[in-house]
Amino acid sequence: MNTQTIHWFKFSSPQNFYFLAGRMWPWFAVLATVLAAVALWIGLVMAPVDAQQGQGYRIIFVHVPAASLSMLVYLVMAGWAGFGLAFNTRLSGMMASALAPTGALLAFLSLATGSLWGKPMWGTWWVWDARLTSSLILLFLYLGFIALQSSIDDPRRADKACALLALVGAVNIPIIYGSVYWWNTLHQGASVTVKGASIAPAMLWGMGLMTVAFWMYAITMALVRVRAIILDRERHTEWVKHAVE
Amino acid sequence: MKKLGLFGVMAALLRREVSVALRQKGEVLTPLVFFVVVASLFPLGVGPESALLLRMAPGVLWVSALLAAMLSLQRLFATDHADGSLEQMALSSTPLGLLVAAKALAHFLLSGLPLVLMAPVLGLQFGLESRSLGILMLTLLLGTPTLSLIGSIGAALTLGVRGAGVLLSLLILPLYIPVLIFGAGAVEADAAGLGIGGHLSLLAALLVLSVFFAPLATKTALRISLE
Repeated sequence: MNTQTIHWFKFSSPQNFYFLAGRMWPWFAVLATVLAAVALWIGLVMAPVDAQQGQGYRIIFVHVPAASLSMLVYLVMAGWAGFGLAFNTRLSGMMASALAPTGALLAFLSLATGSLWGKPMWGTWWVWDARLTSSLILLFLYLGFIALQSSIDDPRRADKACALLALVGAVNIPIIYGSVYWWNTLHQGASVTVKGASIAPAMLWGMGLMTVAFWMYAITMALVRVRAIILDRERHTEWVKHAVE
Repeated sequence: MKKLGLFGVMAALLRREVSVALRQKGEVLTPLVFFVVVASLFPLGVGPESALLLRMAPGVLWVSALLAAMLSLQRLFATDHADGSLEQMALSSTPLGLLVAAKALAHFLLSGLPLVLMAPVLGLQFGLESRSLGILMLTLLLGTPTLSLIGSIGAALTLGVRGAGVLLSLLILPLYIPVLIFGAGAVEADAAGLGIGGHLSLLAALLVLSVFFAPLATKTALRISLE
């Protein structure tokens, strides 16, 4: 056997990936913590007070990363799902189901921080704004995925069914977003938008670093969760018995 | 035995679906009654003020239609799955996607079309004018086949799953949102004196998209469920 070739598919085996993920996740966790600490310091201490919104705007340092990542995680999840359906790999389905709770949490976080921000700025916890509504629908899609996963007993069937659901959702998301924007403009014209002057560099840095920190957090959580899923599904095997000892 | 072509098989399946459903009239009538009951609850909930009801009518009728169409989805594959005929369909030489499309068409004829015909009666109760009633029927006629097609994906995914009914609604209702928006939107836009060409075109586009892709997705979901 040629030892020079790299075994690209070595880590598509859950057993190998379990140990790889075990070595990887602490690094991502450290990165997430450090970056979040720096971003919080920039966001809460260094960034200037907003001319129009006062101190209250500072919640965007959590809100914007959470909102952007909640969408990205769905795409990544659908990507793993499609990969799993196409190549019939076990690990892909596990990755998709490991990402779903993080995505749902981020979608919820973006809604919660958004309404906390909306109360002092718009004077209301919730408006049926296109962006708010589409985030809510994204949360519903995540919850549907999780519910389907948990109600099918056979994990392989659950993975495949959820993969199909994720793909159908991914195809529908642009259509849903487009129709929600159409609906919103039809009903109430342009809604409240943030029209500050170009934002200060410190704000941009704070948001950017926090977004990267959220990515690292999402990767950490996915790796930790996928390890748990692998152990659960492979619990009959010998290597798991050795691994947990 | 006479050999049927592709469309012959689809037509035969369609006839079978309709005749089976007509033998159990409750299956056709229950969603329809549900539609009437849900739509009648809204005036009781928000009060009998006619201006408010008129304003709400398109949305209320469309939401009620969504829920009613969903009610009968669960049985789309469940009975065939229980008696094994679904597996025979999956094994047959006719592409499963076409059979699924025929079943979705049957679902539309048995649950969507009655809603289209019942909607104007309810619309009258909400005080809609005859022009709005016509547009409501037109949007329902364009929209309910899409509901049946998208719904068939959910019905196939939740086949034989614990708590399939509630799960089905959680999976499918978010996907119904575009149809709801353009369907109810068309009636409102017309009442506001705006053109409805865009709404109708988009509803038709959704229908065309789902005619192409929903049977494929449903077929894949059925194969996963039948494994």
